[in-house]
Amino acid sequence: MLFLHEILQTFFSIAIMKKSYQSLEDNSTNNMIQVIYRQLASKIPYLGLVILLTFTTSLNAQEGDPAKGKALFNTNCASCHNLDRDMTGPKLRYVESRLEEDQGLDREWLTKWIRNSAGLIKSGDAYANQVFNEWNQTPMTAFAALEDQDIADILAWTATDPPEPETPDGPVVVDGGDSNGISNKLILGALAVLFALLAMALVLVRRTLNRFAEEKGIEAASKDKSISIWKAFVQNQFLVLVTAIFFLLASAYFVYGYLSQIGTDQGYEPVQPIHYSHRIHAGAAEDGGNGIDCKYCHSSARVSKHSGIPSLNICMNCHKTIYQVSPETQKQGLEEFGKDYNAEIQKLYKAVGWDEATQSYTGETEPVRWIRIHNLPDFAYFNHSQHVEVAGVQCQTCHGPVETMEVMYQHAPLTMGWCINCHRETEVNVKDNSYYTKIHEQLSKKYGVDKLTAAQMGGLECGKCHY
Amino acid sequence: MSSNKKYWKSVEELKENSSIVETLKQNEFVEEIPTDEFLGDKNTLESSSTTRRDFLKYVGFSTAAASLAACEGPVIKSIPYVVQPESIVPGVANYYATTIANGFDFASVLVKTREGRPIKIENNNLAKTNNSANARVNASVLGLYDSLRVQGPMKGGSAISWETFDAETNQALNNLMTAGKEIVLLTQTYASPSTSKLISEFKAKYGNVRHVVYDAVSESAALDAFEAKYNTRGMANYDFSKAMTIVSVGADFLGDWQGGGFDAGYAQGRVPKNGKMSRHIQFESNMSLTGANADKRVPLTPTQQKHALAKLHSLVVGGAASTDLPEHIDQAVQKAASELKRAGSNGVLVTGIQDVNAQTVALAINESLGSKAFDSNTPILTRQGNNASVTKLVADMKAGRVGGIIMSGVNPMYTLPNASDFAEGLGKTDLSIVFSMKADETASLEGVDYIAAAPHYLESWGDVEFKKGHYSLMQPTIRPLFDTRQFQDALLKWTDNGMNYREYIKEAWGSSILTGSSFNKALQDGVYVGSIATETVDTTSDADSSIDDLLGESVTAVSAGSAARALASSKSSGDLELVLYTKTGMGDGQQANNPWLQEFPDPITRTSWDNYLTMSAKDAEKYQVKNYHVADGGLNSSFVELTVNGIPVTIPVIIQPGQAQGSIGLALGYGRKNGLKPEMQTGKNAYHFYKDFNTTQTDVSLKDIGGEHEFACVQLQNTLMGRGDIIKETTLEIFNTYDREDHEHGWNKVPKVSLNHEEVDVTSPEVDLWDEFDRSIGHHFNLSIDLNSCTGCGACVIACHAENNVPVVGKEEIRRSRDMHWLRIDRYYSSNDTFEGDVKEKESADGLGLGNFVFGDGEGDGSLSTFARLEDPADNPQVAFQPVMCQHCNHAPCETVCPVAATSHGRQGQNHMAYNRCVGTRYCANNCPYKVRRFNWFLYAQNDEFDYHMNDDLGRMVLNPDVTVRSRGVMEKCSMCIQMTQKTILDAKRDGRPVKDDEFKTACSAACSSGAMVFGDINNKDSKVAKLKKDDRMYHLLESVGTKPNVQYQTKVRNTKEA
Repeated sequence: MLFLHEILQTFFSIAIMKKSYQSLEDNSTNNMIQVIYRQLASKIPYLGLVILLTFTTSLNAQEGDPAKGKALFNTNCASCHNLDRDMTGPKLRYVESRLEEDQGLDREWLTKWIRNSAGLIKSGDAYANQVFNEWNQTPMTAFAALEDQDIADILAWTATDPPEPETPDGPVVVDGGDSNGISNKLILGALAVLFALLAMALVLVRRTLNRFAEEKGIEAASKDKSISIWKAFVQNQFLVLVTAIFFLLASAYFVYGYLSQIGTDQGYEPVQPIHYSHRIHAGAAEDGGNGIDCKYCHSSARVSKHSGIPSLNICMNCHKTIYQVSPETQKQGLEEFGKDYNAEIQKLYKAVGWDEATQSYTGETEPVRWIRIHNLPDFAYFNHSQHVEVAGVQCQTCHGPVETMEVMYQHAPLTMGWCINCHRETEVNVKDNSYYTKIHEQLSKKYGVDKLTAAQMGGLECGKCHY
Repeated sequence: MSSNKKYWKSVEELKENSSIVETLKQNEFVEEIPTDEFLGDKNTLESSSTTRRDFLKYVGFSTAAASLAACEGPVIKSIPYVVQPESIVPGVANYYATTIANGFDFASVLVKTREGRPIKIENNNLAKTNNSANARVNASVLGLYDSLRVQGPMKGGSAISWETFDAETNQALNNLMTAGKEIVLLTQTYASPSTSKLISEFKAKYGNVRHVVYDAVSESAALDAFEAKYNTRGMANYDFSKAMTIVSVGADFLGDWQGGGFDAGYAQGRVPKNGKMSRHIQFESNMSLTGANADKRVPLTPTQQKHALAKLHSLVVGGAASTDLPEHIDQAVQKAASELKRAGSNGVLVTGIQDVNAQTVALAINESLGSKAFDSNTPILTRQGNNASVTKLVADMKAGRVGGIIMSGVNPMYTLPNASDFAEGLGKTDLSIVFSMKADETASLEGVDYIAAAPHYLESWGDVEFKKGHYSLMQPTIRPLFDTRQFQDALLKWTDNGMNYREYIKEAWGSSILTGSSFNKALQDGVYVGSIATETVDTTSDADSSIDDLLGESVTAVSAGSAARALASSKSSGDLELVLYTKTGMGDGQQANNPWLQEFPDPITRTSWDNYLTMSAKDAEKYQVKNYHVADGGLNSSFVELTVNGIPVTIPVIIQPGQAQGSIGLALGYGRKNGLKPEMQTGKNAYHFYKDFNTTQTDVSLKDIGGEHEFACVQLQNTLMGRGDIIKETTLEIFNTYDREDHEHGWNKVPKVSLNHEEVDVTSPEVDLWDEFDRSIGHHFNLSIDLNSCTGCGACVIACHAENNVPVVGKEEIRRSRDMHWLRIDRYYSSNDTFEGDVKEKESADGLGLGNFVFGDGEGDGSLSTFARLEDPADNPQVAFQPVMCQHCNHAPCETVCPVAATSHGRQGQNHMAYNRCVGTRYCANNCPYKVRRFNWFLYAQNDEFDYHMNDDLGRMVLNPDVTVRSRGVMEKCSMCIQMTQKTILDAKRDGRPVKDDEFKTACSAACSSGAMVFGDINNKDSKVAKLKKDDRMYHLLESVGTKPNVQYQTKVRNTKEA
C-alpha cells in the first residue's frame, strides 16, 4: 500500500514536470522505468537550455526583481496564465527566452504585446496573429499601465527556475501520521495493561495480608453494627417521596428534552458528494483559508429567499485556474481529514465537464447532488435577503462558524423558539433605510424606546412566517 | 313507583305476531352479520400454524420496527444548476410579456415564472388593448402542465421522430403538388401577420393551396357585414367607456361576444362620476353576464330580438318596419330608441344576432348616431372565420376534391355540427396532418395520418394583430416540455426556409411593422402600437378572399333598410327557440381538461362541472320540468329529451330566472371525450346543434323524461330575502339627490344598535365589545370592492386559485358544499322586479301569518308567507354580484373561538391562518358570519381520489412555491395574499424606500381589469383605497355585527331612470 502511494506521488510530480517542459503527450505511463527514463532524458537538454537562457536573458534585458514580479504576476496575470501550465493563455515560464529562441522576438515586442495586444494583432504582426488564433482568438487584456520596470520584474519571475519537486515528502509524512496514530494507541494499551497489573497486584497483596492476619490470629477491626445509609434512607418515607418526585421530574425533563429535539437535526453533518471545505474557502488566512466572502458564492442570499447553493460555474470562476491545492493544504487534508483535496477538485471538473487537457468544457455535465442540511418545513417562510440584506445579520449568526468548518453541519436548532428569541432580542437595523423612517419614529414614540426589536415591529405575528 | 308505560319503538309492535318483532326478539340484527366472510372457513383457521400469541408477536414487532424506521429523517437532495442562467435566481420570480392567441381567447399577458416554470398569468398593463386576462386566460397556465398532452409526433397511433415526419410529409406534399391535388390549411384565427406571410409563401411553393380559417364559435355574420360596408374583414371596435347609453340586442359583450374584452371599458362608465353614469339596456333571451349587469333588461326570444332591432333601426335611423312584438316589449324598444336618439353620439347599439342583416343594421344605427364608442377604423381582427368557406370545404372533402389537409388549432370533429361528414371527407384525403396539443376528437380520428405535437402558447413564438395597428408578441416562457413543434415552424420546414420561427418573426416585424423601433423593446413590452393611419397592406385576412368568387355569392353591401325589413319579416317556427352560448368558464371547450375551469362556477347559475338547458319558470311548468333540493342541499333536476334539427339529446334543466319565455339556452364547450381525464368529461356537446354556425336554432322540441340529475352548485340560496344590507344598492336619482344618511331616503345608513334604549351607530366605540387596537402605525391593508364596476367575470376567482394553490375538489365534493374557493362571487336575484321591492315587501310583513302560510296559499303579509315568497326569484329579476372573500375583520369572530390560537390578527389588518397550528375543530368556520372559511376534508394533493392537477408531477409544477399546500384536516381561507404584501414590503426595505401606493396588490385586485377591486394601505392617506374608504358609497358587509372588516364594498348604483 505504501509502496503504491510512493509510486503515485512520484508519478504525480513527474507528470507535472512533464507537462511543464514538454509538449503534452499521452499520460498513459504504465511502468515506472519508462517514466524515469523520460524524466532523465528530458532533463539533459532542458538543463542546457536553462543555462543558455539565463545567460541570454541577463545579457540583453533590463534586470528585474523576481519577488516583485511574483506579486505583480499574481495580481495581473494569474487569472489567465500559469508558469508551468497552459490555461486561458499559454504557460509563461521562460517566455522571454523562448520567444527569443524560437521566434527571434525581443522584449520590445513582448512589451508591445503586454501593453496592447489587440493593437499588435491589428498591425498585422505575424506572430501576434498566430498566437491570437492559436488561443481561440481570446483577446488578452491590455496592461497599458505597466511600467517597463514592472514588465521586467514579471519577466524576471517567469525566468526563475521551478522549485524542486518534494517527491519523497508526501509518503514520509503520511507514514509519520500513521505511526503517530499507532503509537498513541500503543501507549494507551500499555497503560491499560499496566493499570490492570497494578490492580491485580493490589488484590493479591490484600489477600496475602489477610491470610497473614488470619494466621497470626489478629482480628480485623469490625465496623459498628449501625444501620446502613441505604436502610436509613428506605425507612425515611419523606425522603423517599421527595427523591421519587425529584427523579420523576428529572426524567420528565429529559424525556421532554429528548422528544423536542426529534426532527430538529442540530449538528446534522451528512457526507457530501464532494468533500467541500468551507474552512479552506471562507476561512481566515491564518487558518489556511482564502477568506472568500460568503455572498460571493451564495449571492442569491442578497436578493432571494434562498441563499442558493452556488451553481458550478461559480466554482469554475476560480477553479479554472486553481486546479490543485498548495502542497501544505494537500498535506493537511490527507493528515487531518484523510481527504485528497486535489481529487475533490477533479470531481468538480467531472461534474462541470471541464477538460483540463484542452482547457475547455466538454458539455457533458453531471449536476452535483448535494445533501441539503438546513431543512425548514414547508409551512415556514424564511427569506435570506430580509435577514442578510435588510437586517444585516451575519451569516454566522444562524449558520455558526462556517469559516472553520471542514464539513458543513447544522449549527442552530432552527426551531420556532430559536427564531422567536432572536426576533425578541435583535434590534432592527433602520439606519439609512427610508422605509423605516416613519414607522420607526411612530413606534419608538409608542413604546418609548430608541431602538426597536423585530418583535416590536410585528415580527412575532404568525402570518409573518406562516402562509 | 316504576312506570308501567310501554314505549312503542315502531308501528310494527302494534300488530300482533309481527314477524319483524319476532325476529328482533331473537336476533339483535335483522340481517345476519356475515362473519364468515372475514373469518374464512373453519378448516383453514384451524390448520393455520400461526397461533394467536405468534400473531400478537408479529404485530408487536412490526409496529415497533415501523416506528423505529419512522424516526429516521428523510435525506433531501439539493441540486444546483451546473451553469446558472443569468436571469434566473432561485426564489425570485421573473415576468415575461407574451400573448395568448388560441383562436378563441386573445390577450396580452404577463407570465410569472419561478425557477423557469410559468406559474401564473397576469394582466399586461402596458397593453392598450386586450389587456384583461379573463378567467380562461388566467387558467390557461394549467394547460401547459396537462399530463394528457401529446408528447411527440405520431403516425397512426405510434410515436415517430420529427425527421421521419419531415421526410414523409415533405414527400407527401410534393406528391400532392405534382399530382395537382389541392392542399388545404384549416386553421384557427391566428390574426398573425407573420403567419399570414408564411402561409402565402407556402401557397407560392405548393401552388394549389387553400387556406380556410375556422372559428369554433363563429362571428362570420359580423365579419361579413363589416366587410361589406368597410371592405375590411374585421369587426367594429367598441369602447364602452365613451358611451352613456348602451343598447344591446342579444350581445353578451361582457362575455365572449365578438372576441370579448370589452368589460374594462364598460366598467369605467358604470361608476357614477359627477352624478353621471352610463345607462345600459339589454334585450336578450338567455340571462347573460351582460344582462345581469344591465340597468334594464328585457327578456325576449331570438326572433323577437330581430324584430326589436328592426324597430330600433326604423325609430333611430328612419324607414318603416312592420314588426310584430308584444306590447310591453314594443314599449321598451320605443323607449330604448328614444334614449339612444337623445344620447346621440354618446349612445351605442350592439347586437349578437348571428345574421348579416342584423349586424348590418347595427353598424348603420351606430353610424347614424355618430357614436363615439363605435370605431370602424381599427377593426378587431381576432375572428376571421368564414362560415361559407368552412361549409364548402366539408362539401369538397366529402366529394374527394381535397388532396391533403393540414389542421392547426382546430378541432372540427368536436366543433362541427356535421362532424361525420368531415370524418368521411377526411378519409378521402391522401394526407392529413393535425397540429394539436391533445389527442382530441380530431387528432384521434382514424383517418388522420399524422399528429404533429404542438406546443402550448407558453412554449411558442408568435405575433398577433388584435386590432388594426395593435400588435402583440408571443414568446416562450419555458423550454418545451415535450418534443413539440409549432405549426409555423413546420411551415418554415415545408417551404425549405432555413430560419426558425423566431428569426422569421423578427425579420417580418423589422421589415413591415416596427418601422425602425426596437424588436427587443417590443418583445419586452409584449405589445407594439403601429401607426394606424398609414395604409398598410391588407393584413386583415389571410384566408382566401377568392372563396367568395368560388362560391359565386360574394358579400355585397346590403342596404340597412332592406336588412331591417328582412329582419322584421323573420318568423319563429315553433314554440321554443334554442340559444347556444359560451360559458365564462368553458368558452369554446378547448380547455375542457382544465380542472380549475371545470370547477369554476358559472357566474349566473353558480353551477360547476356541467352544462344544462336553461329554461324560464313558465316553460318549466309547461313542460313539467322540475328543479328541487334534496336532503343534502344539492340541486336536482329531471332530464328532458331535447331534439334539435332531428338530433336528440338527453340533458338536465336549470330553471333560469330571466330566461325569455319561449327560449331555452345551452352552453357550447362541454361534452368532450377525447384527451380528457374521466372527471372532466362533463356535460353534453351542444355543437351538434350548431347548424349553419347559428347560435339560434328554431327546430326544437322537448319532452320531460323524468330521471334525476345531480348538479354541483356552489350557491343554493338565490335571493336576498329583502336583506338590503348585504348588497346595498340605490338608484342614480336618489344617489344624486339625497345624503347617504338621509332620514327617509338615506341609501347607505350606518346600522344602529340600542345602547341604553338609545339608537347608536354600530361603529361607535361605546357599543363595541372589544378594545380597539392602535392600527395607525405601519401598514393597514384594505380591499375595496366596487359593486358598480364588478361585472362578475370571475377572473379574480381563477387568479386566486393560481396564486394560493387552492385545490380542486371535484363535482361530488362541490355538491356537498365543500368547495375550496377562497373567493366566491355571490349572485343574487331579486324576488320582486327590483331589490328595492324585496326590501319593501319584507318590511311590510306584519305578524307571523301562520294561518295564511299553513292553510292558505302563501298569500297575505305574514312574515312566514312573505319570506316563503321571497325565496323565489322573479321571472325577470334584478341581478347583483358580490365578490366575497375573508373580510379580515378587525374584531374577528373566528379568532376568539379558536382553541389553539391558529388564527390570529396581524397589525397590518390581515387575519392570519397558521395551518401547522390548526387542529381542525372548525369552530372558526361556524362562527364566521361571512362563511368564507374552507376546510380540507381530504388530502387533495397527491391523492388518487382527487385526480386533478395536484395529483401528478407535471400538474404540481404550477404550484406557487411561496404558499403552503394545505393538508387534510386544516382550515384555510383568503390570506389577503400576505405573501404578496410581504414581498412588496421586503422589496421596499431592500431598496431602502417607502412603499409606493400602487405597489400593494392581491391576486384578485391585480386580476381585476374593471377596476372593481382596489387594494392598498389606508394608513397612507394619499392611497386610492384610503380615499375609497371615505367615499359615501362605502359600507361593510353585515356591518351590524360589528366585526369591523378590512374589506369594503361600494354601494351599487343603478341608472334606472328611463329617459
